Amino acid sequence: MDKRLRRILPTVQKPARYTGGEYNEIIKDKRDVRLRMAFCFPDTYEIGMSNLGMRILYGCINAVPEFWCERVFAPWGDMAEAMRRENIPLYALESGDPVGEFDVLGFSLGYEMAYPTVLDMLDMAGLPLRSAERRELVPLVFAGGTGICNPEPMAPFMDLMALGEGEELDLEILRLFQRARDEGWTKRAFLLEAAKIPGVYLPSLYEPVYNADGTLAEMKPLPGAPERVTKRIVEDLDRAYYPTAPIVPSTEIVHDRVNVELFRGCVRGCRFCQAGYAYRPIRARSPETIIAQGIESIKNTGCQEATLLSLSSSDYRRLGEVCDGLLEYCEPRSVSLSLPSLRADNFSMELMSRLQKVRRGGLTFAPEAGTQRLRDVINKNVTEEELLNTCRIAFEGGWNGIKLYFMLGLPTETDEDVVGIAELADKVLHTWRKYSPHKQRGVRITVSTSCFIPKPHSPFQWEPQVTMDEYRRRVKLLRENIRARNVQYNWHDADTSFIEAALSRGDRRVGEVIEAAWRRGARMEAWSDYFDFKRWLAAFADRGLDPAFYATRERGEDECLPWSRVNMGVKTELLLRERHRAYEARLSPDCRVQCSACGASELLPKGVRCDG
Amino acid sequence: MDKLRLRFEKSGKAAYISHLDLLHVVQRVFLRAGTPLKYSEGFNPHAIISICVPLSVGMESVCELMDFRVTREIDLASLPEELNAVSPEGLRFLVCYEPARKAAEIKWLRCEGLLEYDNGAPDISALAEFYSRESLPVLRRTKRGEGVLELAGNARDFAFEPAEGGVRLRCTVSAAEPAVNPELLVRALEQLAPELKPDFASWKRLEFYDKDMTAFR
Ligand code: SF4
Repeated sequence: MDKRLRRILPTVQKPARYTGGEYNEIIKDKRDVRLRMAFCFPDTYEIGMSNLGMRILYGCINAVPEFWCERVFAPWGDMAEAMRRENIPLYALESGDPVGEFDVLGFSLGYEMAYPTVLDMLDMAGLPLRSAERRELVPLVFAGGTGICNPEPMAPFMDLMALGEGEELDLEILRLFQRARDEGWTKRAFLLEAAKIPGVYLPSLYEPVYNADGTLAEMKPLPGAPERVTKRIVEDLDRAYYPTAPIVPSTEIVHDRVNVELFRGCVRGCRFCQAGYAYRPIRARSPETIIAQGIESIKNTGCQEATLLSLSSSDYRRLGEVCDGLLEYCEPRSVSLSLPSLRADNFSMELMSRLQKVRRGGLTFAPEAGTQRLRDVINKNVTEEELLNTCRIAFEGGWNGIKLYFMLGLPTETDEDVVGIAELADKVLHTWRKYSPHKQRGVRITVSTSCFIPKPHSPFQWEPQVTMDEYRRRVKLLRENIRARNVQYNWHDADTSFIEAALSRGDRRVGEVIEAAWRRGARMEAWSDYFDFKRWLAAFADRGLDPAFYATRERGEDECLPWSRVNMGVKTELLLRERHRAYEARLSPDCRVQCSACGASELLPKGVRCDG
Repeated sequence: MDKLRLRFEKSGKAAYISHLDLLHVVQRVFLRAGTPLKYSEGFNPHAIISICVPLSVGMESVCELMDFRVTREIDLASLPEELNAVSPEGLRFLVCYEPARKAAEIKWLRCEGLLEYDNGAPDISALAEFYSRESLPVLRRTKRGEGVLELAGNARDFAFEPAEGGVRLRCTVSAAEPAVNPELLVRALEQLAPELKPDFASWKRLEFYDKDMTAFR
């Protein structure tokens, strides 16, 4: 270990997150590998190590003998400061080698607030921030993840973007890069060739042209640019790589458990949900594969908790079978099984009762809106009756805490909808009074609201966000209407949501803002410890831009959107149709009841239907 | 066979695993190795594992002791290797046995420190002289606030030798009543002889002893 590092580690919080050396970490001999990649996660170790995507790609890339993929996380403030003071460059956990010496840096971007951290990591690695300033072929700096399904805000900094799932795409990029490096290509020559790989978005091949009013006139394709770049998917999950010997952290992380992935995509089609559209089409793993992978992972890690992961796990068709198979292994070994995303229906509750035999802490539901009308607007297909019925089963079954998640500022929301949230919480409380067998223990009902953020590639991508003042007014209205002592109300800050909304639908000029914010000290902005609203306003002002233009302005349906060159699989006409149906509070059936021909199944091989 | 004791090393990267995290790490090592650990009864069962003398983060050790319980007979001779095969880097199990003595009988700790001086080490004799002072009161912060600990009598049998980048020091400190963290030896230099204060110091535990200076196992 580096002597300078040895000296600072004892002085920082939780040093074990900066050392590597965990069980199942992949170590290779530098002399045996032909290409070294730094998998960079622009957040803390605790967050990054809890990310399934990161774990899949880490294993998948390392499965190629001549590639060595190592992990890099963003150091917490105290460590970042100490490293800068001691001139220690950003290093990878496995080898301890400086990231700047790697062949490839791949950033995994899951959320917009991580953008400035990417710049900070590049800077700590000693690399120029902008793709254009990195003239040499090596190192290649690219990004993937849902945080770039609007690639434009980060476009100035990335050599290329990998759209969609990375299991195959990343390897194709790395193989081409290896050839380019071995044959001594120029960076330009490599990038032009890479742009031919389906799923690769090359920012330098599209030139944003703006109208006088600041809106986009077009994303002008330059020679060699594909009309649109279509995201990549893994076609057959049963045959896809899955990490069954994942790294076991030696220190606490956010979700320290074995992840068992059931399926990708979501059948529900909630209209506010980016993931619900961006992860289509629906592809399921077979119960046999899931059970085998789950047991393997538990054996290889010694974890005592496994979770069945998916966007909406209770929608997995053969969930009962999977649970039986896993419980048979888990129960005698005191390994607990959990379902993170629950629907408020009887089936899910029965399942929860089976899974959580001992610990009955809190249950979480996300009705998202307080009235049936607004739930219909967003296509959240849950009725009050279903929700209350589920709560009744939960209370009768011994649960005494329920968390309810809502959004404020959804399209068409009225004060009645806001007050409806308080009324719904009251009804949940009444249900508890009526049905709980042990009232002496009391009940905790928590209502949380966040501010709706319109996201690219969702039917609400054209919607304005409500202003911060309006959001605050609705928070106040709701607060005044929640009177019961057993109901606790938490709300998200208006300012973080506003900035997130501005970044999320930003164009390439927002990249300049991100850089300005970083120059003013922004990093780790997803953390309230670090988020600084005034700094963001100053950064927008530095570039002569107004965040409200991006956040609270309704986009014309014919307006050119910054992500218009990206095809996530779902047709724009379908998104528009869903938007219009929302205004009529008209539900759309889920994919299983009736396929609405969204276009995503065209990503599958001919003849293969969604939900395998 | 029910109560067992393991002696193990914690060094290199593993030195940064905190005491609480270590209990968790070790529990998973046992699970991966298939050791039949005994769990506590009750609502939230946890493995019955205890580390005899908790080690500070960043400090290495070649003499850690850990007590645990099993539900059936196991092969003690092969256990350390089975555990090592599924352990993170820097954690190495040495030997497993049925303990004859209680951890409360631990009284002394032999340890080794490397005092690093970036601009040349002081004379060894100056250090030796310092640590043989009749009184070495060190101010230290504990959970109960600030207090003064008298090092003289609680740190003894010093030996020094020149080492790369500084001076290697060996000494025996009281491990219980009072528990003297070897780092206090550097605090003492800072407070009482700043001209001898190193730029950095790292520590390693070598061996535990009882009150009669018999190695504790
Ligand atoms: S193609 Fe049909 S079934 Fe598949 S995701 Fe789209 S709407 Fe759902």
